[in-house]
Amino acid sequence: MISVHNLNKKFGSLEVLKSIDLDFQLGKSFALIGPNGSGKTTLIKCILGMVMADSGVIKVDNENINGQWLYRDKIGYMPQIGRYPDNMKIGQLFDMIRDLRKKESVDDELITEFNLQSMYDKRMHTLSGGTRQKVSAALAFLFDAPIMILDEPTAGLDPLAVEVLKSKIRKEKNDKRLFLITSHIMSDLDELSSDVVYLEEGVICYNDTIAKIKSETGEEKFGKAIAAMMRRNRADVA
Amino acid sequence: MIKITKYVLYDIVRNRFVILYTVFLLITSFTLFSLDSDPGKATLSLLNIILMVVPLVSIIFTTIHFFNSYEFIELMVAQPINRRVIFMSEFFAVTIALSLAYLVGIGLPVMLLNASTSSFFLLLAGLLLTWVFISLAFSASVSTRDKAKGIGIALLFWIYFSLIYDGFLLYIIYAFSDYPLEKVTLALIALNPVDLARIIILLKLDISALMGYTGAFYKSFLEVVRELSFHFRSC
Repeated sequence: MISVHNLNKKFGSLEVLKSIDLDFQLGKSFALIGPNGSGKTTLIKCILGMVMADSGVIKVDNENINGQWLYRDKIGYMPQIGRYPDNMKIGQLFDMIRDLRKKESVDDELITEFNLQSMYDKRMHTLSGGTRQKVSAALAFLFDAPIMILDEPTAGLDPLAVEVLKSKIRKEKNDKRLFLITSHIMSDLDELSSDVVYLEEGVICYNDTIAKIKSETGEEKFGKAIAAMMRRNRADVA
Repeated sequence: MIKITKYVLYDIVRNRFVILYTVFLLITSFTLFSLDSDPGKATLSLLNIILMVVPLVSIIFTTIHFFNSYEFIELMVAQPINRRVIFMSEFFAVTIALSLAYLVGIGLPVMLLNASTSSFFLLLAGLLLTWVFISLAFSASVSTRDKAKGIGIALLFWIYFSLIYDGFLLYIIYAFSDYPLEKVTLALIALNPVDLARIIILLKLDISALMGYTGAFYKSFLEVVRELSFHFRSC
């Protein structure tokens, strides 16, 4: 569904992504992990066309996304830090996006689950970080997009909301959808994803299934398996 | 595009700045026309205010609006919408809002109290100035990510065209006063939108002698053009 080929991106002299090659297929759920500043968000923004890559090709549905915009119709995106027009009310925001996307079927389950209707009249700038995050999540799931990109979806949410969101993701995971999730909370990813892409300093260190990484390192928990692998990588370098 | 323009406009209207600007222009023009019995003089005073205020407001409002819409633009970029459409909508929304404010704030009193050719040109010149400075401010805003820097560059445009440029012009005329400078001055003046707006209106007010050298020359130049075109037509 999404294929990335030889992607490079520099911010000034800082190389954020170094010849990235990736393939994301429908029906799978990818955990995109890596230390802070390893280029996860930049990779996501490249796929969304919000950041222009210096070189390389990104294809969504076998079409080069360079200069395109209609392909974003297939993507539901939840940003790491959702920023919205200050003066807009929550209700107006939903109406506007719905108006712009022109989709018949909408999935407003998260709006109900998060009880956002009761806050439809609140302006965006009065919202707390967590509520904003709920709005972002509800917006991302609104259109049944085949590709779901969630950038740290659970950060800043209260435990109840985290569970709501996780069960929603679990429910929506099926053969016709692709999930791409970044997070620093390994237990969440263990529950939600089937594959893992490990990014460090703009290079892909690992790209395989979670089951395999566990058996390779002999660890039960995903978090420990990743830590063991990171340690091994360091040892290899040294 | 119309849809996004509509949403941006909606946001601008809610921000009370444009309404304040309209009210300010209304009060100023009504006051000036009621203070002076000679509508020509009132138009002239109004002109001087417009030449300072309209570019300044256009520039400041556009840059501040642009940097405040960063979130909105970010939100739109993640949707299946062309970037060009997003930026053009931003531009048109600001243009529509400020043009309307100007038309109501200046147009209404001027047309009520002194409907004449000079008033019409005052309106036209102000509108053109608004558009020119909105465009300049937009190009300044997109050239940098830093809000303060963006506003700084945009303000520099205003200072340059409102103050510095005239200084340069005077200096050139003074320094090269031994040479025939009419055509050079003409060309140099045509490069400054503020000067052009001033000249259009002053010529219509028929007090071009007040603005000295360049104005007088502009007037004679335009008269020659008019006569020539008349001549050609009669041939």
